[in-house]
Amino acid sequence: MVTLNHYLVLSAVIFAIGVLGVLARRNLIVVLMSIELMLNAVNLTFIAFSRFLASMQGQVIVLFVMAVAAAEAVIGLAIIISVFRHRRSLDPQDMQLLKW
Amino acid sequence: MDASVIVFYVVSVLLVLTSLMVVFMRNVVHCALALVAALFLIAVLFLTLNAPMVGILQVLVYAGAIMVLFLFVIMFLNPTALEPRHRLWWGLGSLAALILAGGLAALMSNGESLADPVAANEAFGSPEMLAKSLFTDFVLPFEIASVLLLVAIVGAVVLAKREP
Amino acid sequence: MIVDIGIVAAKAFLVLFMVLNLAGILGWIERKGSALIQDRIGANRASIFGLAGMGLVNTLIADPLKFLTKEDFVPPQGDKFLHTLAPCMALFTALVTFAVIPFGDVLVLGERVINLQVANLNIGILYIFAIASLGVYGIVIGAWASNNKFSLLGGVRGSAQMISYEVAMGLSVIGILMIFGTLELQEIARGQGTLIRDMLPESAQFLKSTIGWLPAWGIFLQPLAFLLFFTAAVAETKRIPFDLPEGESELVAGYHVEYSGGKFLMFFAGEFAEIVTAAGLMTTLFFGGWQVPYLMRDGFHFPWGETVLLPHLGVVLLQVGAFTVKVVFFCWLQILLRWSVPRFRYDQVMRLGWKMLLPLALLNVVVTAIVIIAVQ
Repeated sequence: MVTLNHYLVLSAVIFAIGVLGVLARRNLIVVLMSIELMLNAVNLTFIAFSRFLASMQGQVIVLFVMAVAAAEAVIGLAIIISVFRHRRSLDPQDMQLLKW
Repeated sequence: MDASVIVFYVVSVLLVLTSLMVVFMRNVVHCALALVAALFLIAVLFLTLNAPMVGILQVLVYAGAIMVLFLFVIMFLNPTALEPRHRLWWGLGSLAALILAGGLAALMSNGESLADPVAANEAFGSPEMLAKSLFTDFVLPFEIASVLLLVAIVGAVVLAKREP
Repeated sequence: MIVDIGIVAAKAFLVLFMVLNLAGILGWIERKGSALIQDRIGANRASIFGLAGMGLVNTLIADPLKFLTKEDFVPPQGDKFLHTLAPCMALFTALVTFAVIPFGDVLVLGERVINLQVANLNIGILYIFAIASLGVYGIVIGAWASNNKFSLLGGVRGSAQMISYEVAMGLSVIGILMIFGTLELQEIARGQGTLIRDMLPESAQFLKSTIGWLPAWGIFLQPLAFLLFFTAAVAETKRIPFDLPEGESELVAGYHVEYSGGKFLMFFAGEFAEIVTAAGLMTTLFFGGWQVPYLMRDGFHFPWGETVLLPHLGVVLLQVGAFTVKVVFFCWLQILLRWSVPRFRYDQVMRLGWKMLLPLALLNVVVTAIVIIAVQ
C-alpha cells in the first residue's frame, strides 16, 4: 500500500540530490539542471498532496510551477549564453567580479 | 503486493538513479539526457497519482520542450573542458544534502497514514476537472502566467542576441 | 484479468504488425511510385531464381538484408552510447504513437465488448503530441553523437523545424476538439458518425437542406484546419517539401550522414512509420477514422430512408477495412507529394511555420468558437 509518506520521502530525496548538484557542480548548465530537478521534486509533492487530499488545487499549482520553470530556464540559458560569450567559460568560479 | 506498489518502487528507484546520474556524470550531454529520463519517470509517477493531464503536460512541456532547449544550448556552447572536482566541495555538499534529505524525510513521515479519498473517483485529474478549476478559480494567475511567458520570450531574445 | 491482458496484447501486436508491414511496403511504393512518376523503371535488379517481383524482392528482402549485415560503425570521436540510442528513440516514438489511434468501433465476442483501440486514454490526443515532442530527441542526439559539422547542422535545423511545427499542429486541431468536446480519439471518431443535419439546430433550415445529408466528418466541418494539419504533419515527419534537415543535395545526408547498416535502417523505418502515423491521425481527426458513411452498428441507414441490415462481423470488417483504405490513401498522397514539389529553403520553412500557419490556426480557433456559439 503506497501511502502519502512514500511520495514525500521520495521527493525529499530528489530535492536533496538537486541541492547537491547546485552546491558541488562547477558547470553552470548542470547547476541549472539541478534547479529543474528541485522544482520537479516540489511538483511531485504537490501532486501527491493533491491526490491524498482530493483537491484539484495542487494540480493547478503544478501547472503554474511548470510555466514559471519554463520561463526561468529560458532566461537562465540566455544569461548563460551571454556570459559565455564574454568569459569563454562555464565555471561559476570564473565569474567572481561581484564578490567582495 | 499488487501492481501499483511494484510500479511505485521500480519507478522511484530508477528516478533516484537517474537523478544521481544528472548530478554525478562528467559529460554534460549525458547529464541532460539523464534529466530527460528523470522527468519522464516523474510523469509516470504523476499518472499513478491520478493526474493524467499534468503528467502528459510534463512530458510535452518539460521533457519535450525545455530539455530540448537545454540540449540546443549545450550543443551551441560545445563545452569540451572537463570541470575540476573539488573533494572539499563534494564532501561538504554531500553532507549538506544528506542532512537535508534526512531532516525532510523525518519531518514528513508521521506515524499515521492518510486515508485515500480519491480512489473511487474516476474523473479526478481528468482534463475536464483541471480545466474547470483552472478557468474559474485560477483565471487571474492564468492570465498573468501568459504575460510572464511573453516577458520571458522577449527577455531571452534580448539577452542572447549577438551585439551588432 | 489474464484474458484482459491477452486482449490488449493481441490488439497491440496487430497494430504494430500493421504499422511495420505498411512501413516496409511504403518503401517499395516510394521506389516504384517515384520511378513511375519520373518515367523510369526503378529498382529491379535483385531477384530470386529469376523472379524479380516488380522490385518487391529488391526492396523488401535484399535491402533489409544488406542493411542488417553491414558493419556497425561509430565515428571515432563520437559518443558510442548516444550514437546507438538516437535511432532507437526515433523508431520508438514513431511506433508508440499508434497506441491511441482507433481502428474500429467495437467488436462484440459473446459477452465481451472489445474496444478496437489499443489504449483508451482520457487525454487521447495529447499523448500523441507528447510522443511527437519526444521524437525531437532522436534527431538532436543523433546529430550530436556523430561528431560531424554537417550532421550537427542538419540536426539543429531538423529539431528547430520539428518544434516549430508541433505548435502549429497542436493549434490546428483545437477546432476539432471544440466541436466534438473531447480529447479521446475514439469519441471523436464516433462523433463523426452523425449527420450534419443532426448537429444543427432547427433554425438553420437552409444549411440543413443543402449540406445536412453529409456525415459530420472533420474535413467538412474544418477544411482549413485539415490543410494546416496536413502541412504541419508533413513538416513534422521531415518529408519533402520540408526535408532540408536531410538535404540530400546540400547537407550530404544531414543528421544521418554517419549512420550505416542497422541504425540507418531504424531511422529509415522510423520515418516511414511516422508517415503511417501522420496518415492515421489525419483519417481519425478529419475523415471519420473507421467510419463508413451512413454505416451504423447494425447496418446502413441512408438519409433517404433506406436501411440495409448487416451482421456484426460484417460491420466490423467494413469499418476496419475503411480505416485501412483511408490510411493507405494518405500514405500514398504523402509519397506523391514528395516527388511533385521542390524543397523549401530553410528560412521559408520557418516563415511558413511561424508567420503563416500559426496565425491561420489561431484564426481558425476564433472562427470556430464564434460559429459554435452562433449555432447554439
